[in-house]
Amino acid sequence: MLEIKNLHVKLEEEDKVILKGVNLTVEAGTVHAIMGPNGSGKSTLSYVLSGRDGYEVTDGSATLDGAELLEMEPEERAAAGLFLAFQYPVEIPGVGNMTFLRTAVNAQRKARGEEEMSAGEFLKVVRAKAKTLKIDAEMMKRPVNVGFSGGEKKRNEILQMAMLEPKMCILDETDSGLDVDAMKLVAEGVNALRSAGRSFLVITHYQRLLDHIKPDVVHIMADGRIVKTGGPELALEVEHNGYANILAEVL
Amino acid sequence: MAVAQAKLDAAAARLAALSLPQTGWSAAARHDAAARLQAMGMPGKRDEYWRYTDPTSLTTADAPHARLFDAGDEPAMFDAVDRVKLVFVDGVFDPAASDDPVAAGVELLSRVSADIHWAQGLYGVLETRGQTPVARPLAALNTAAATEGVLIRVTGKAAKPVSLIYLHTSESSDAILHHCIKLESGAELTLLENGPAAARFNKVLEVEVGDGARFHHVRAQGRDHERRAVTHIFARLGRESLFKSFTLTANGVMTRNEAIIELTGDDAVAHVAGAALGDGDFHHDDTVFITHAAERCESRQVFKKVLKSGAVGVFQGKILVKPGAQKTDGYQISQCLLLDDDCQFLAKPELEIYADDVKCSHGSTSGAIDETALYYLRSRGVPLRQAQSLLVQAFLAEAIGEIEDEALAEDIRARLEGWLARHGQ
Repeated sequence: MLEIKNLHVKLEEEDKVILKGVNLTVEAGTVHAIMGPNGSGKSTLSYVLSGRDGYEVTDGSATLDGAELLEMEPEERAAAGLFLAFQYPVEIPGVGNMTFLRTAVNAQRKARGEEEMSAGEFLKVVRAKAKTLKIDAEMMKRPVNVGFSGGEKKRNEILQMAMLEPKMCILDETDSGLDVDAMKLVAEGVNALRSAGRSFLVITHYQRLLDHIKPDVVHIMADGRIVKTGGPELALEVEHNGYANILAEVL
Repeated sequence: MAVAQAKLDAAAARLAALSLPQTGWSAAARHDAAARLQAMGMPGKRDEYWRYTDPTSLTTADAPHARLFDAGDEPAMFDAVDRVKLVFVDGVFDPAASDDPVAAGVELLSRVSADIHWAQGLYGVLETRGQTPVARPLAALNTAAATEGVLIRVTGKAAKPVSLIYLHTSESSDAILHHCIKLESGAELTLLENGPAAARFNKVLEVEVGDGARFHHVRAQGRDHERRAVTHIFARLGRESLFKSFTLTANGVMTRNEAIIELTGDDAVAHVAGAALGDGDFHHDDTVFITHAAERCESRQVFKKVLKSGAVGVFQGKILVKPGAQKTDGYQISQCLLLDDDCQFLAKPELEIYADDVKCSHGSTSGAIDETALYYLRSRGVPLRQAQSLLVQAFLAEAIGEIEDEALAEDIRARLEGWLARHGQ
């Protein structure tokens, strides 16, 4: 599904190298987690994969089902099936949440040569999916993320994911700023989307999200590299002992 | 201070090129207006309120040519609205294309022979009041030389909106229209205006809004790239009355829209809003002067401009709160979205307050499109141009939201979306 090879990235503005040779393979239908201390490059990895400006790839590649992601525009990556749930979802005053979602769904369908969803069909589907995420009609009418609480923003991200049905989902610290109940709700939303054809890359600081979204593989990222890979037990180890031991062992 | 000779000469030359009606009910008002213009001269680039906009092309004796614009198969503006249609072709009333004005209670300036007392009390009257403290020579010129216009007196709630349609068919037309509208106590009227009107268009609208009356105004200025327009709205508001005006401008090499509004009755409300988009040699100027002369009045100015490829936007907005106009609530926002580095937005917000218990706020911003929002939209699969278009529409939303009639607002939104989709933003 997703294959990252020797990815080197620096900030465009300053000569600061963030990713120093990331290698990562996510197979179809699996959930991978990336943990790591602050500043290790986790969020940069998610931004680079989704095509945010400001980063320069100096070496390496990232492919989604064989297609080179790094050469695509952000919208092409989305249409190819990549989705990033933002750590800080962006507020867009003046653009209605419903309008935004329908525009996105139909733009992707159009890009893939599929028929656009009719207004009626869209409404039916979105209502059903919003309901399971406890997103009410009022929230759908409001401008995108404007005045949403932290939890509402994250649920809104998951709703977008559910509507867009991507095959590769990256969740960038989706648990940050969430209380336990909100985290459960978000995790349930994610779990409902798990399928043989869909993979997840879950970026998090804490084990607790992984109690709800059970990973198949856990990676530890430090200083711009994946330094250790293991099973779910690796996350527990971090939770108990912190990163110091692991980092001392590998660096 | 002596008026520069060049300005006086320009006024004389412009008046000499026009034939002013010497008789009829408006003759005295026209005569006075011509005298006002001769005394103040044409606007010059050094006048305080013409520093950002070069008045030359609006003041020359002959109108600069303007090629015609082909809107293709796009339906006409306000097409779905049930309205009284009055069509003006290059400034000349076209009865064949229009509904019967008399049946709708509308008199035409060119056809009125008898004295209309109410119109005599309005024609050029608000314009004259509006000349102080800032001179508006092109409005005086209009009062002196207008060849056509509508006179509407509304006593109840008007059954349908009155829709003035301005067609432009001649590349050298130079139209001067002057409308007077009087809303008696408790009356209500919606006035729609659309179209470029002429190669060069000078329009004055005088509106007297009586106690408790409500006036809604929605206009779209026509998309001919080379057209020029200078418009003035002079409004006087009575007690508990409402005045709402919205203008959409897309394209046009020169647009100067002035609104001079006087809140003279307590608890009156005046909202003026505008959304403008243009590129290249587009020059768009909103100049607003709102006077609070009574207590507990509310005024809002909401102006948004989207500029591309070297276009220029100007906003000069003033709130004057007179002594005794306590509990005034004045708000003013002017914002500009600059899609290219070579665009310019020139803003001059002014507050002048002589009462001590008022709430007045103003803000002005200019900036590029929000890159983070753009990335967010694109990351969801929305292509760049469509994402930009969505953000442009979002930027203009507050101004369009000032239109009270939701169907009219939706018409404007849909049209805007179509234009942006077809021509890029």
